[in-house]
Order: sequence, then C-alpha cells, then structure tokens
Amino acid sequence: MSDLSGLYQELILDHSRRRLGDGELAEPHATHHELNPTCGDEITMGIRLDASGTVLEAIGWTGDGCSISMASASALTELAAGADLDRVRELIDGFRSMMRSQGAGEADEELLGDAIAFHGVSKYVMRVKCAMLAWVALEACIAAASTDAARS
Amino acid sequence: MTLDRTTTVDGLLPSGLRRDFPYLDQELNGHPLAYLDSGATAQRPLAVLDAERAYLEHSNAAVHRGASTLVGTSTTAFEDARETVARFVGAGSREIVWASNATDAINMVALGMADASAGLGGPEAEIFRLGPGDEIVVTEAEHHADLIPWQRLAAKTGATLRWIAVNDDGTWTIDDAASVIGPRTRLVAFGHVSNVTGFLAPAAEVVELAHRHGALVMLDACQSVPHRPTDFAELGVDFAAFSAHKMLGPTGIGVLYGREHLLDALPPARTGGSTITTVTMESAAFLPAPQRFEAGTQPVSQAVALAEAVRYLDALGMHNVHAHETALAELLVEETSRVTGVRLVGPPPGNPRAALASVDVPGVHAHDVGQFLDSQGIAVRVGHHCAQPLHRRLGLRATTRASAYVYTTADEVRRFAAALAEVRGFFGVDA
Repeated sequence: MSDLSGLYQELILDHSRRRLGDGELAEPHATHHELNPTCGDEITMGIRLDASGTVLEAIGWTGDGCSISMASASALTELAAGADLDRVRELIDGFRSMMRSQGAGEADEELLGDAIAFHGVSKYVMRVKCAMLAWVALEACIAAASTDAARS
Repeated sequence: MTLDRTTTVDGLLPSGLRRDFPYLDQELNGHPLAYLDSGATAQRPLAVLDAERAYLEHSNAAVHRGASTLVGTSTTAFEDARETVARFVGAGSREIVWASNATDAINMVALGMADASAGLGGPEAEIFRLGPGDEIVVTEAEHHADLIPWQRLAAKTGATLRWIAVNDDGTWTIDDAASVIGPRTRLVAFGHVSNVTGFLAPAAEVVELAHRHGALVMLDACQSVPHRPTDFAELGVDFAAFSAHKMLGPTGIGVLYGREHLLDALPPARTGGSTITTVTMESAAFLPAPQRFEAGTQPVSQAVALAEAVRYLDALGMHNVHAHETALAELLVEETSRVTGVRLVGPPPGNPRAALASVDVPGVHAHDVGQFLDSQGIAVRVGHHCAQPLHRRLGLRATTRASAYVYTTADEVRRFAAALAEVRGFFGVDA
C-alpha cells in the first residue's frame, strides 16, 4: 500500500472531502461542462470576473467523480479564486506540465503550492485525466469569458 | 457443488491449467497478479498463440484469391476454422460470418437492415425493411454495442426504438418483455448474459414470444458463448454476435451468426472484393453468405487462432467450464455480500448469475476502488462497462467489476473480497 500513498496523499484525500468551491455559482460570466467519457466523471464549472475583467473573482462547481477529480477541483479553487487571469493561466499551464511529467522532475511548489500533491498522480497514466478535469473546465470558462468580453 | 477452497485450481477443471497461461504468472504492484477482468478481455493459452504463429510460419497466403497450392492451404485453414467455430455454437458453417469484433457483427445486421429499408436487396430483403410504425425492442440493460446501432437504425428508418425496463436489481422477466413486444415489433435485440449484472436472459422464451409476433431476434452472446454451452439453433435466435478475445482467442475478430436464409437475404453493408459474383460498371451481384459480408482482406490468422481457442474450450468441456464458473459465481456472491458497506448489483443471492460481480462502495468512487485493488495486485474493471443507461437505472454512475474465467481460482475471488473490505477504511469512509 506504500506506493498507493504516493497517489492518494493525505492532502488529496483532505481536498476530496473538503470540496472547496463545491456549489453552483450565481450569475456566472461563463460556465463549462467537462466530461470524462471513459468513467463518466463530470464537472460543471462557473466563473465570475471582476469589473475590469482581469481578476477571477469567484469559482463555483458541481461535479461527480473519483477522489482525484474532486480533490483537484477543490485545490484549483483554493489556488485560483481571487487571482488575476494571467496568474490563473500560469497556474493552468504549470499544473498541466506537472501532470504530463509522468512523475519525473520536481514539481513547482512556488507556483502550485499544495497542488504539488498531484505530482504523484502523473505517474498513473490512467488517472491524469481525472486530475485535469477541473483545470480543463476552468480553461474553457476563461476562454469563453474572454471571447464574450471581446465581443461586447 | 462444492469448491475446494484450499487449492488454486478447484478440481472442476484440470489442475495445471494455469500453466497454459503465461500471462497469469506475473506480479502486479508487488503482489501475485489476480486477473479478474476476463469479462473485458480473456488471456490466451499457449496453444492459441502457437496456432496463430504456426499458421503464419507455414500456411499464410491470400485466402480465396488466386488458384495456387499455397492459397489452397490457407483457404482450407480459414474455412476449417469457420467449421470449428460453427460446430461450437450449433451452427452450419454458412451461418458464420467473420467480423472485426462483436460490435462490428451487430452493426452488420443494423446497417444491412438500414440498406434494406432504403430499398436495396430486392424482394428477398423485404423481411428487413423497417419504416414508421415498426418497432425495434431492446432492454435497458444493453451494452452500448447492442443499443446504439439500433438507435441509428430507428433514426434512419423512422421506426420506433422501445425497451424492456429492468427491475431495481437490473434483471428482467419474460413478463416484462411481453409488455413491450407486440404486433408492431420487427426486431428484438438483447444481451444473453449482462456484462454488468451477470443476469441470464430468458432467451428461448423471448425468441418464442418474438417469433409469435413475426419479429426477428438478435442475441448479443458476448458474455455467454465463452462461459456456457450455447447452441444458437436450439435457442432459435435469428442472429447472434460474439467476440473471440473474450473466449481465449485473439483480438481483431468477432463472429456474426445468422440463420442461413436470412444471411443470404440481408444486404451487405460493406461491399468490395470477394463479396461478388458478377460486376459491371453499373452494378454488382453478391455471393451467398458468408462471403457476401466478408469484403476485403480477412483476419485469417485470427480465425485460425480462434478455432484453436474453441478446441481448447472443447477439450475442457463447456459443461465443466460452466460448472467451474457457477461455483465461482456462488463464491463471488457469498464473499462480496459479506463485506460491510458494499452493494452488489444484479440477481440476489440464490439466483443464477454468471461468474462476475459488479459492486458499488458508497462514498468511494469506482476509480478509487479499482486503484486500491490494483495496488493489491487485483485487476478489475471500473466504470460504466459500456452500459450507461443500466447504471443510471441502478442509481449509479460507475461500478467495480470482478469477472472470472476458466483459469480463475477461489483464492483470487477471496483476495478480491478481502481487499474490498479494506477500501472504506483506506479512503476514510465510515461503514
């Protein structure tokens, strides 16, 4: 079971129970539904930007899935809610790079903070999608919100 | 029937059988592998691997093309394989069509019926023509492979897709079927054994009911042919599909069974070389079955290997295979029912079921359950098992499935249950 604790770090199990950001967001500027068709895990994410359109003011999500996908959504909320969009894009890129590492190298703790707990997940190729689910949804939300802003 | 709980092979099948399967002799995450995913794909005995290699080393040539001695040898091997597979399921060799897999086999029928409905196939294809007012009947428990092709057929022809609703445990009865199958029914398609619940459908009764209303019957036999003696002629089904890789055979080949006069009348959905009699610039006339369906190069070495898998199963005796799996099914139910906080879906204890068990551990997602078992060397399937509507009906999104086969031991089943008992503790979910 020792190798399993590399996957299910205490921090991940904590997040899977705390589910920060769990709940539908009122008056979102953009929403996105992301589904992992192989297992049926899904998340619907909503975001709200501040008046300037440069800060991710609030995140809310509802979802159903494995502990990795739900914990990842919670960790994402902790990191990204309240951050400016450039920073959020940096977080998404950093998280994605870490998940593509197949467990190699060191995770960027300065950037990702507690979310480096997911570094261990990157070794399990069949679980990377679980960890990415919320991040892909957030990326799509930001893209949709930016397109809307450009149109208006 | 009793199962020897102490030996690795239970006495119903030859001891030493596991030596035929080198794959099983490996470690997974530091534990001896317990392969409990044969419902997804079975492992192959050396005899099957050797047969395919021997064919390729000595007999490989273009089948049904040309007139050389070599082509004679390869064509004989290919057609002998068909004969062997046909005998195994109570069919004539003209009633066996090679497909690329079972899904492909079901699609051949659905697409052929769509072609017939579009006017192809002449007067003999009349029996396959559907239109508004006609009904196709499936069950709520179907594998997506036996659902989506019929959804498409209904959409193309204007026919209505109806389904037999399942009960809370995922099972259904002939009375449930009788409330849906009626005079408008033109085709009934259903799984012989559910890949999620292990439920055995009342196939012969459904055939009798469907035929009384003049409807055709297509049987998805993927989870029955590998595990129990199956005779399509005796069951009376019109079409059936099964796959090689779930019965100790190779991937890349599946089987469509059809009654001879029906196959000869069904328009071929895929056309091309090898399927024809006379071709002009305007049109083509097709050979009788099975050749009319076997367009292009065929999976020849796979057919030869599948025939070897059939000989392997015949040597074990399908009645013995079934007895072995019935004992394992009873043990699976007994052991998993004993684990606190685990819901076993499917027929309640005491009812017949195939040697598979899908479970839900409330509070722990199936992916996490499967990952925990994986860390203990136990290979299972997690997810919706290509049956989303059934899972939705059971109030679940995903389950964890252990499925057994000829090489599965009682010890492996007990390891599955023992590991399952630790899942809630590991993930901090109180029972």
